[in-house]
Amino acid sequence: MTTSTTTHTIDLTVNGIPRQVTVEPRTLLADTLRTQLRLTGTHLGCEHGVCGACTVLVDGEPARSCLLFTVSLVGRSVETVESLEEPGGRLNPLQQSFQDHHGLQCGFCTPGILMSLTALLRDEPHPDEGRVRDQVQGHICRCTGYQQLVDAALAVSDEDAEVAP
Amino acid sequence: MIGQSTKRREDLRLLRGRGQYVDDLDLPGVASMAVVRSTQPHARILGIDTAEAAAAPGVVGVFTAADLAEINQPWPVHLSNAALRPNEQRTLPVDKVRYVGELVAVVVAETRYQAEDACELVAVDYEPLPGSGHLSVSRDLPVPIHEDLGDNVAAHAVQTTGDVDAALAGAPRVLRETFSINRGGGHSMEGRAVAARYDRALGQFLVWDATQVPHQARALMAELYGVPQDRVRVIAPPDVGGGFGPKAGKYPEEILVPWLAKLLDRPVKFVEDRYEHFVSCTQEHLQLHRVEVAYDDDGMLLGLRDVFEHDTGAYASSLIVPLIAGTTVPGPYRIPALHIEFTSWFTNKVPSSAVRGAGRPQGVFVMERVMDRIADDLGLDPAEVRARNLIPADAFPYPVGLTFRDGSPLTYDSGNYPGLLEKGMAEIDYAGQRERQAQRRREGALRGIGVSVAVEGVGLGPFEGATVRMESTGRVTVVLGAPPQGQGFETTYAQICADALGVDQDTVDVVTGDTGTIAYGVGTFASRVMATAGPATAAGAREVRDKLFRSVAAVLEASPEDLEIRDGAVAVRGTDVAMPLAQAARMSNVGAPGVTMPAGTVAGLTATAYFNPASAGYSSSVQICVVEVDAETGEVEIVDWVVGHDCGTVINPLLVEGQVLGGVAHGLSNALYEESLYTDEGVPVTTSFLDYPIPSARELPRIRLYDQQTPSPLNPLGVKGAGEAGTLGVPAVIVSAVEDALRPHGVRIDTCPLSPGLLGDLISDAQTDAQNEARTEARTDTAATAGI
Repeated sequence: MTTSTTTHTIDLTVNGIPRQVTVEPRTLLADTLRTQLRLTGTHLGCEHGVCGACTVLVDGEPARSCLLFTVSLVGRSVETVESLEEPGGRLNPLQQSFQDHHGLQCGFCTPGILMSLTALLRDEPHPDEGRVRDQVQGHICRCTGYQQLVDAALAVSDEDAEVAP
Repeated sequence: MIGQSTKRREDLRLLRGRGQYVDDLDLPGVASMAVVRSTQPHARILGIDTAEAAAAPGVVGVFTAADLAEINQPWPVHLSNAALRPNEQRTLPVDKVRYVGELVAVVVAETRYQAEDACELVAVDYEPLPGSGHLSVSRDLPVPIHEDLGDNVAAHAVQTTGDVDAALAGAPRVLRETFSINRGGGHSMEGRAVAARYDRALGQFLVWDATQVPHQARALMAELYGVPQDRVRVIAPPDVGGGFGPKAGKYPEEILVPWLAKLLDRPVKFVEDRYEHFVSCTQEHLQLHRVEVAYDDDGMLLGLRDVFEHDTGAYASSLIVPLIAGTTVPGPYRIPALHIEFTSWFTNKVPSSAVRGAGRPQGVFVMERVMDRIADDLGLDPAEVRARNLIPADAFPYPVGLTFRDGSPLTYDSGNYPGLLEKGMAEIDYAGQRERQAQRRREGALRGIGVSVAVEGVGLGPFEGATVRMESTGRVTVVLGAPPQGQGFETTYAQICADALGVDQDTVDVVTGDTGTIAYGVGTFASRVMATAGPATAAGAREVRDKLFRSVAAVLEASPEDLEIRDGAVAVRGTDVAMPLAQAARMSNVGAPGVTMPAGTVAGLTATAYFNPASAGYSSSVQICVVEVDAETGEVEIVDWVVGHDCGTVINPLLVEGQVLGGVAHGLSNALYEESLYTDEGVPVTTSFLDYPIPSARELPRIRLYDQQTPSPLNPLGVKGAGEAGTLGVPAVIVSAVEDALRPHGVRIDTCPLSPGLLGDLISDAQTDAQNEARTEARTDTAATAGI
């Protein structure tokens, strides 16, 4: 075993704010977010890239923060669940729909699912059920059986459809 | 309020990433504990060398049994039972390890990274012993797992009612079948987690523990530390990332973290990772049931004997799972004679304990397989055989003749099983489904329909409590001993309190799971909290209302009986005379100039109520599922699925739907996907989500729910439990449907879970058998033609 003692100071953008962090080469993005930046909304569920709880957006794309070394993110833009709420702490439409449809129970996997759906809804504002299920299939939720959270995402999709001309 | 689909208030923080799970707590100076775990299923510990680890960067301390003898006495038995043989468990094993994953030593370091690095430097010298990864291996293991017991039997118990021998001897028809069912882990998305600091000024351990049972955890810590219980304050945070049973267990890490925080004089935390969840968090193992059932030519049950074996893993602190499994077997059916017997075996696996369902899915699986086999034997429709044997709706309370796990007679409190089944058959258009099945079969598809009916013991005692308090602001606080793990207690108990008190539910705050705020609690498990804490909350609220009325009656110049709470005020019925709640509460809690309380007034608008149900209650469920099986791949496609659930009065329909849907998902995962596997020696082979699949939104189908409410007479709210109900009937209904689908191939299924591989083997074996038979017949025909 070798213990790394060298550290690197890097710049990246987190939730739109430029941040500088000092990390070991092996430090994972999830740990940097949670411990150094105190953004604890990103959760670790398996630490081997399967459960999706730690999903954040890197340059707009969903990524497992438990599999990314922070040093690889120089100059990149990271978005976490803390960026979703609207001014005054109000829920955004997707978050509100999750509450309306009981799309979460223990809430541990929810931030990752919200980030994956956020990426989907940016690209495709009106996904159908198949697309929604595809998008969240990289997430394990042990509480809900997914039905109510899929309904939550579909309701946002439909809502936008009504508003759109 | 009661009966209303109120949206959850806890979601406002959880959806914004502002939950406070144990690992999110800001504890300045906190050190991380990591664990050295046994790599051996069964071995003597010859020595542990910690020197190199202790010198590693960032390490604060390394601890083994030898370092912590002071708190390392044997644990007390959790739930004693005359049939359970004493088996010694300690926080740190002193002489041998009994499963891969057992805690051997711990390292505390500045960071989790450093603690894990140092764990790799701890050298444990083992003398391996033959291990057992299957109850059949345990029978002849040369060195028993608990050597003082002389063999590996953890318990043996028998329950009977009626004369089963006579029923079997005299019955027109008897079937003998063997069924095996395996399960797996809880796999809450948050692993176990505990953090603590020792408050020297108070002489108190302050513990944040992602546990389902904070009061039980406190009792064990206090006993092992040798301190009074009030020197240990255990807080199960309002945000716990799922429980599902395993977090109701007690674990060595929970004992070590607070103690080390005191020893090291700084906060310490431990957060289980997924690998550790696989190897060190309790799970459910294999059960093997041998069943004999007596019935008549109409399919009416006359008697049933189930002798089963249960794998309890390396330690057994109770007999909960096999006791529940056995008493779940009779289910919704009238069975005049029953014999339920089990042997629980120690194996070299992580200890077994309840996982959502807690033995019930096994019991339901066994009984429902039996019902399908009877239908098969008599050429009857499986739903018809069930309907004929159901306990009628007017037969409640219905004594089964056995004793439930809480020691009370197994007596069903209320229910309407025929009604629930009929409703389900109408919901899915059962007759129409059978026609479509016939059509699909003609088209070459393997389509099947499964049915399961289940009864679930819920809401058991001995008690759960609630303190209700009207604050001087007029807001109300409900304090529950039981903690939530995602069930939405902050919302549902506000509904119950508001309903009983007559206030707006948004003025009610709910505090949970803190031993510092309510003296006693039992915990959140066994679908029990609503039927115990629910009535306690309502009773506490009514008592607070009565106190409020008594204390303000004189000021309002009315008698307490004439008062009501209306629009945020105490008002005299039928008049405009009223006092805002805030003013009334302040007067009662603090006092007001010139106001004298009536003699004998106990100060403060607070009441603590405990509810002690006379016995467990019994929820029920019906599931009907239509599947198609791909004969090539063994893949099971769900075509339609209805689930009906009766948990008595429903407080919040939206949340109960969530519980049932989540329960069904867990059941489907057990039926088709996940399974903890071990080698015969006890080495776990499924230790990541890569080899232990849990279904995603792609695999889980849309499920149609329907509802029936038969209130329970056991509590004033009429409520029963809902947490596990979705799960129990699923292995039964899926296997029933798949077997029905494969009927053209003559496939019989006696086991669960059904992996695609297993299903593929069953299909190809059946095809080979059929070909062989056809060949034999052809040869016989040829021979006959040739006149041989």
